[in-house]
Order: sequence, then C-alpha cells, then structure tokens
Amino acid sequence: MAQPTATITLPDYQQERIGSQIAEGEVIKSARPHALTDVVTNYCPGCTHGIVNRLVAECIDELGIEGRTVGIAPVGCSVMMYDFLNCDMIEAAHGRAPAVATGVKRVHPDNVVFAYQGDGDLASIGTAETVHAATRGEKITVIFINNAIYGMTGGQMAPTSLPNQVTQTSPYGRDVSKVGYPVRIAELLSTLDGVAYVERVTCDSRAHIIQAKKAIKKAFQNQIDGIGYSLVEVVATCPTNWGMTPQNAFQWLRDNMLPYYPLGVYKDVVADGFANAAEAALERAKDCPIAQQKRED
Amino acid sequence: MADNTQAAEERVLMKGNEVLAEAAMRAGCRFFFGYPITPQTELAAYMAKRLPKIGGTFLQAESEVAAINMVYGAGAAGARVMTSSSSPGVSLKSEGASYMAGADVPGVIVNVERGGPGLGGIQPSQSDYFQATRALGHGDYFMPVLAPSTVQEMADLIYLAFDLADEYRTPAMILADGMIGQMMEPVTLPPARDPKTLAAKPWATTGHKGERKHNVVNSLYLSPEKLEDTNRERFERYEQIKAKHQRQELMDCDDAEIVVVAFGAASRIARTAVRDARAKGIKCGLLRPITLWPYPTDAIDQVIANGATKFLSVELNMGQMVEDVRLAVNGRASVDFYGRTGGVLPTPEEVLDQIERLAAGQPVARSAGAKDVGSVLPQPIDRKSSYERGE
Amino acid sequence: MAEQFNHELLCVLSGFGGQGLLFAGKVMANTGLLDGRHVSWMPSYGPEMRGGTANCSVSLSDDAIGTPFITKPTAVIAMNQPSVEKFGPTVVPGGTIVIDSTLAMNGAEGVDIAEGVNVVTFKATEMAEEAGLKGLANIICLGKLWAETHFCTRETLDAALTKCVPATKQHLLEPNRKALQMGIDL
Repeated sequence: MAQPTATITLPDYQQERIGSQIAEGEVIKSARPHALTDVVTNYCPGCTHGIVNRLVAECIDELGIEGRTVGIAPVGCSVMMYDFLNCDMIEAAHGRAPAVATGVKRVHPDNVVFAYQGDGDLASIGTAETVHAATRGEKITVIFINNAIYGMTGGQMAPTSLPNQVTQTSPYGRDVSKVGYPVRIAELLSTLDGVAYVERVTCDSRAHIIQAKKAIKKAFQNQIDGIGYSLVEVVATCPTNWGMTPQNAFQWLRDNMLPYYPLGVYKDVVADGFANAAEAALERAKDCPIAQQKRED
Repeated sequence: MADNTQAAEERVLMKGNEVLAEAAMRAGCRFFFGYPITPQTELAAYMAKRLPKIGGTFLQAESEVAAINMVYGAGAAGARVMTSSSSPGVSLKSEGASYMAGADVPGVIVNVERGGPGLGGIQPSQSDYFQATRALGHGDYFMPVLAPSTVQEMADLIYLAFDLADEYRTPAMILADGMIGQMMEPVTLPPARDPKTLAAKPWATTGHKGERKHNVVNSLYLSPEKLEDTNRERFERYEQIKAKHQRQELMDCDDAEIVVVAFGAASRIARTAVRDARAKGIKCGLLRPITLWPYPTDAIDQVIANGATKFLSVELNMGQMVEDVRLAVNGRASVDFYGRTGGVLPTPEEVLDQIERLAAGQPVARSAGAKDVGSVLPQPIDRKSSYERGE
Repeated sequence: MAEQFNHELLCVLSGFGGQGLLFAGKVMANTGLLDGRHVSWMPSYGPEMRGGTANCSVSLSDDAIGTPFITKPTAVIAMNQPSVEKFGPTVVPGGTIVIDSTLAMNGAEGVDIAEGVNVVTFKATEMAEEAGLKGLANIICLGKLWAETHFCTRETLDAALTKCVPATKQHLLEPNRKALQMGIDL
C-alpha cells in the first residue's frame, strides 16, 4: 500500500512556528498516517519516541487494522500516547500494560492488541507482567523503548542503565558491584517457549528506522496470523536526561548502547521453520512425554 | 455434593465460595482472573472447571497485581469480569481497583476475608472493613461494597454487584469472610443470563471499526480542573447510589431500645444473641447492613425514630464499622463496640453478655479474652460540651 | 429424649482427616435440604490437608440459623480421643455423643461430660473392617446417631445418602447403605 497523500492542516501555533516553510493547503507527500492524530506530541527534541509512535501508526495504516486495534499506553514519557493514536486506547498503571493487554485480548481475540512500554515500565516494575505475558504466549504485540533511563521522572537509573552510567540516582555511575547489571530483555524473553518473535532495533539512521518499521510490522502481522507473542525492543535516545545534544545522544547510543544491546533477531519461530510458537515449544520439549500429550479440548 | 446443572428454581446445598462463582456466571460473567489464596480457593477452582465449558476464560495470573489489571483490561473491553482473593491478596489489588475507579471501568472484586495484618491467619475475619469502604487504593473514590451473611446472599449479592458495577461504571466489591465462604447452606440460584443480552457499552475499547471516534479508557488528567470535574461527576453518581441502593435487614427493631449492628459472619452470631436477649425480655434488635458502602444511614435514622437509645457494633475486628455507626448516629444515642480479632469468633453467649450489660447500664467489655483491652481503647465519648457540663 | 431436639439438631462431627466426617456431615445436611429445613454445614479448615484433625458443624433447624459454628451441640460424633476431649464437655444435657472407641480407646473416661448426656461408645472402625466395609465407620456412626436421635425420617436419611454418593462412585452406594443399616441395628 502506497503512502497516502493528503492535505496537511497544522494547528495554529505550529503554523506560526513553521508556517513560512509549509503553506496551509499545500499538498505534500508522506503525510501524517491516519492512525496518528493531529495532536502535537510532548516528546523532547531528539527523542525517538516520536519516530516509533509514527512507525506504529504507519504499520496500523498499512495493515488496515486501525478499526480493530486496541493499544495500551504505559506510564512514562509516552503516557499520553492515547492522545496520539486514532485507535481505541487504554491507559495502564505503571508496568501493567501486558496484563491489561491480556484482559482485552482474551475478551476480543480478533482485536489486534499492543502494549507500548519504556524500560522502567517493562523491565523493572512490570517485569513479572512482561515475563508472564510472554511465557503464556499471549497473542499480543509489545513495543519496548529502551533508552537506559527514566525520562518522565527526570533521569533516574533504569533497569537497562549501562554499567558506570551517571544518572540522578547513580550520581557516581551505575556501580554493578552494588546494584547489579542491566536487564537484556530481548535475550531474556527469547528463552521463553511462549514467545514467537523478538527483535532488537534502533532508530539512529534511515536504514535502522526502515529496519525498525519492518520489525514492528512483523510483530503486528504475527499477531494477526496467530503466531504468538512478539516483542520489538527499540534501543532509543534520551538527549534531555542523558544531558546531550540529539546528535551526541545518537553517537553515544552507537558507541555504548549498541555494543551492550546488539541489534538483531533473537527469536523468530517462523524463520526457524515452525508455524507458530506452540509448534516450536513442542519441538523444544520433544523428549518430555507429558509435554507431548495430545489434548482433547 | 453441589450439582450445578439443576433448574434455576431448585434449592441446592452448596458452599458459599462455589455459589459466588456459579451466580457470577449466571449474572453473565465469562472472565475470571485470579491468584490462589485461602480461604477463597473453591471459587477459583469452580471457575476453572466451569468457565471453559460455557465459552468463558479462566486465567490464573502471575500475581494479584496482574490479575486485577487483567480485570481492568477485560472490563475496559466491555466484558463482565471478576477477580477474587483474600485479604493479603486484596491489598495487592488496590492499585488496579484505583485505576478502574479512575477510568470508570466496571468489574467485581471478591474479598473472602481472613485475619490480619500482614500474613495474619486464615480464619474468618472482618479486618478489611476500612480498606473496603474507604477506597481500596489511592485516590478520591468509593465503590459499592456488599456483605453477604448467608450462602443465598452470596448468590443474590454478586448478581447485584455486576448490575451496580455496569450501571454506575464502577468496580464493586463482595466483602465476605471465611465463614460464609466455607459453609454450605441451601441456595436457590438466580436465573442464567446470556452476556449477549446485557446492555451495550458504547464507551468500551472494542476497536472502533471505522464507525466512531476512537475510545480512550484513562484515569490521567494533567489539568487539575479537568480532574476535579471528573471526580465531581463521579461523586454525583455516588450520591445516586447512596440514594437508591442502601440495603439492610432489620430484625426485631420496631420497639428495640438496644440495636446490635453487625454484618456478615458477625451478624450470624449476633442474630443468635439477639434472639436469646429477646427471650430474656430485653428490647433488643438487629440491624444488619447489607451494603457497607453506601452505609445504610437511613436505617439508623429509622431505628432511632423507633426509640433506639443504645447501639452495639459487633465485629470480627478491633472496631472499624463502629465508626460508621457513630457517624450515622451522630450523637443521638450511645454507640459501643464489641469484637474479637485474629480469626477468633465471639460466641453468641459473649455477645448476649454485652447486651445484658448495656440493658443494665453497665459498660461493655469491648473484647473478651484480651488483657486490659478496655483501658487502651478509647472510652465512650461524653458528648456534652464543657458548657453543658457546667464547667 | 429424641423428640426434645427434633426442631433443632446441632451436631459436631470430629475426628482425623480421612475418616469421612465431612462426608457424614454432608449426608446429614442433605436430609435437611430434602425436608425443606434450614441447614448449615460448616467445616473446620486449615493448613493440614491430610491426617490432621477435621471437624464440621451441621445445624438442622425449623428456624433461620444464627451462627453455623456450634458451641453447644445437641449431638456429637467423635472418632478420635482429642475429639472426645474437645467436644464431649460441650454437649448439652439431653444430647447424645457417639464415640468410636477403636481410635478413642479411652472413650468418655475422664472426660467431663454433663449429666443427662446420652453417651454411646462402640468400636465402629473395627466393626467396619470386620464387615468388609473399610473406611465406612463414619456411616456406621451416623446410623447409630440417627437411631438415637431420629433427626429425620428413615426415608429422608436413605435418600440423602443416595444423593451424596457421586455418580462416578456408584459402586460405593451399596456398602454405604450396609454401613448405615449396621449402625442403626446396633
């Protein structure tokens, strides 16, 4: 499906700021996806949330699923995401998005349900919900933004903050001898039988953004096809709380984040030749008689 | 043995916990999310067995925290949904309950109470009265709290709880206890309702199908004025609930001078004691709140109008509901308390003893079996002002 | 003596877990259900799933039942010594206590039982085993208690027993009936 061409209508204040460059009524390419509302986001300059929000919206448009999609917004910088997307949205408590998504998906199995979560939300306060939704093989899609810091609360140490990274609550740098090591979610979840697909991507370049979109789209397609739980981890920036310019933040991401959080596909049951997560799980447990029992129901 | 395939009108002998489950399904509930804990186990077990057979979903969550958030999600998606737990587990549900209240998402929470605080015990208790009636979780909200005292009421009240939750878009709670949950009594089950026949929920997040604006289920309002407006609108609904849904049972209250106030398991014991007191010629009655929120203040007014001068709140705790009795009585009569805690049940004889003391104008003991409990608890307040006392 | 309590039977059934006292209590409760009386059946519950003490309280009444926990029973079935010691002293005068002295070897000896209580002691477990009815001492005791108190009609008792044996265990119905008759005939 081609990118829609549309007439852009800018809010008044935005016209004042950039009106000289884009005239109202001017026909431009690459317009706002339908699934994205015309509400101006609250993201900082250089933050990759905006890019990923848009990628999610583009995927929803391209898959034609806006009318049956229910999104779960997290607590964190993307807390207002329910205002940015045109599909039905639920605002969850901090960390609970996978549980809320489970509730929705169980009621309406034909809906496409996704959770969008940051690192504090998904990998700290919501670790139990994350791991168990994954191991249950909930047929949901999770977009995980890993920027190694708590953004909204002002730059505290995250479960994914790097060793020796300075944050508000690790002012002398993350001391792994005292507070331990970062959680590598893609690696961790790829060991679970309920998981169909895990990929780690980033948004620091056009090529990487294209790859990120491919991954997100696949994570949605997997759900539509009933293949199983899919998660895309996006290694992201937080220039504001890292105390850097956007350009320097991207460089820091390349220099420090990507070596610790290597990009790539961590699990893909379809690429491994299975129809879905259940089939792959059966094969992995091929020597366990009880796991091989056929069910009557 | 409980047989759940009988016609609706037939009387059957079932455990309270199982009746909660069966009646919930008959009310149109098809989704249950929970985590194991004593003494509500039979409820979840019954759901696990039956729900899949009627096209429903039973899911044992990784925690009570997850379970209530699954309830939040399923409720937001428009389903009749419930969770059940016992006291320590209900504490964990407080977060989700607050979000449900804040986002106006209906759902039913069952608390088959046990003794506390902390891990406490597993015997019947009413130690969670404050938690249930003052808002289960942070924020400015209430929820309907229904307190069954018989197995029949387990059926009737959970049916009502689902209706109230949907009508007023609020979580609702069944506050039961280990006694009513574990005991078997005859019950006539309510008729089964097809969930498809229930009123539509146009606000639910079901996917807009291109037919309407997108729905948002949310409790976040960064503008204080907007949040205030939202809360005020919710409290208008609370006023409607208070006006329409106070429920109580009055026994022997027409000419009662002494009114024993007790709910749930404590009311069973109080009922026996009040009967025995009547047999001894004491003008004594029982006021049994069925709704703990809204509290049946109209009934308190009524028994005072009938001539009640002394109230005795009997509870399975160290004195919680007595505060609501005092608020409702508002100085028009004396209010005393008698309770046992930790899962110890008072005997009817203990309660009768207190009624007799009240009748004789003697102070009540507050909690038998405890050392010097009377001296550490506040004494009945002398409601006269210093001016009235001539000081 | 029996007629005195016909309007209300407050019975505690107590013994070790696994002796079937909760089941015997259910049979008793079902007689009340069949006769349209007020009924409550209240088990003790606790962390011990097997082998610990187990008791239940069954109230059958023509009036609404207050507390389902019975503090002044009119009838007790006690199948071990701790149960005799715990519940024996609580039986009201005119009431009945049935003791299985196979395990409660001392019977009511040394237990402070009120005057006017009908104490019935016999070796129910031993009888059951000798008659090839292993595990049905509970029903023998129930039969004996019925014979002493007539808490319902014989027809109702039989119907309740039939109702309580689950469809999947129909082969146990006949042995249960035999055990009941054995207790009644004692």
